[in-house]
Amino acid sequence: MRNIPASIFFVIVGVLVVSLPLLAHHGNAAFDSTSVTVKGTVTDWTWGNPHCFVMFDVKDQQGNIVHWVAETSNPSDMVDRGWTKGSLKPGYEVTVTLLPVKSGKPIGRVQRIVLADGKVLSTTLPPAPKPNE
Amino acid sequence: MLKRFVLSTIALAAMLAIPVHGRAQTAQPAPAPRRDIFGIWTPANGPGDGIGGTGAKNMPEDGKPEHQLPYTPLGLETLAKHKPGNGARMVHPSEINDPEVISCEPQGMPRQNLYELRTTQILQTPVSVVILYQFDKIWRVIWADGRELEKEHPEPRWFGYSVGKWEDDYTFVVTTNGTDERTWLDKAGRPHSEDLVITERFHRVSRDRLELTMIIDDPKMYTKTWVALEKFPFKLMPPTTDVREMMCSNEEFKAYHKAMEFLDPDAK
Repeated sequence: MRNIPASIFFVIVGVLVVSLPLLAHHGNAAFDSTSVTVKGTVTDWTWGNPHCFVMFDVKDQQGNIVHWVAETSNPSDMVDRGWTKGSLKPGYEVTVTLLPVKSGKPIGRVQRIVLADGKVLSTTLPPAPKPNE
Repeated sequence: MLKRFVLSTIALAAMLAIPVHGRAQTAQPAPAPRRDIFGIWTPANGPGDGIGGTGAKNMPEDGKPEHQLPYTPLGLETLAKHKPGNGARMVHPSEINDPEVISCEPQGMPRQNLYELRTTQILQTPVSVVILYQFDKIWRVIWADGRELEKEHPEPRWFGYSVGKWEDDYTFVVTTNGTDERTWLDKAGRPHSEDLVITERFHRVSRDRLELTMIIDDPKMYTKTWVALEKFPFKLMPPTTDVREMMCSNEEFKAYHKAMEFLDPDAK
């Protein structure tokens, strides 16, 4: 179930070579440099080090559920980018743009998540300055 | 009438512009206080500047000839055993054997200054300088009471033994030895031995700016000394700055590794 034909699920495919200096912990070797966008429903959101990660289900054209997992950065950097422990909750409908792993499994590194109300959560924007900076 | 209005407008604009321009030209950084590096300091070029994913900031493992370190045969042999997740020698996460990455082992010195160097608080007492690091909530005590650094110690320490002295009124120089050779020198897997001697130079350029230079001297691993950090810039933060936690939790690591299948050799 976890190995999927990519063309079925990728709503948008773009080639993005982005600098992710804040996502260095396990390096970049596992990840492709081509981003994909998938739509799904959040099943779990884990807030922790070395990286937060979101689990979400995507339904394919045959109605099968594919369980995705994608990491963000660490909590400290995520707070700087406007994320919180409560940013995602089970049941949220999300559109996730990510860099998938090269193995073809539904695992990736989040670039941004768009919530149902249009709110955008990004991992690649520069951090917002602190109030006293 | 119109001509007079235009001339008046130009004159007013010139009057407003000149003082501003003048201020910009004459603005000088506030002077550094004497023998004082107390404060909360954060990387001046942003939080990403001190991450060092590819190794020591001034000598990254990027394959460029100018960043090739002067390894001894033992240095090369030890380097080959270290499998990092970043840089020119990066491997798939399932093959990484970085103790800090796979099992939350302490980074130790000098890596604490070379990987995830973030907001850093420096305290001064009459006999010591204490450095509080954001990453892993680590602290170091640097004796500044005039003692000499011992050459032999009863045991190695993750963060070694440190003694500091004021070289001049604005430069605090720290020497560290007695480190634990189980640690990697940086995220790229550069090695060090227990013979490592680290020199850190904290130079306060102005009230709001501090620069850190760090020199590596380890004749077992390197044929000559090399500069790992050169004038790494920090800016002074307000004293009320809230420094966030950034801890390595084994349980969180295990959950993350399992979810991302990073320890699965078949996940490539």
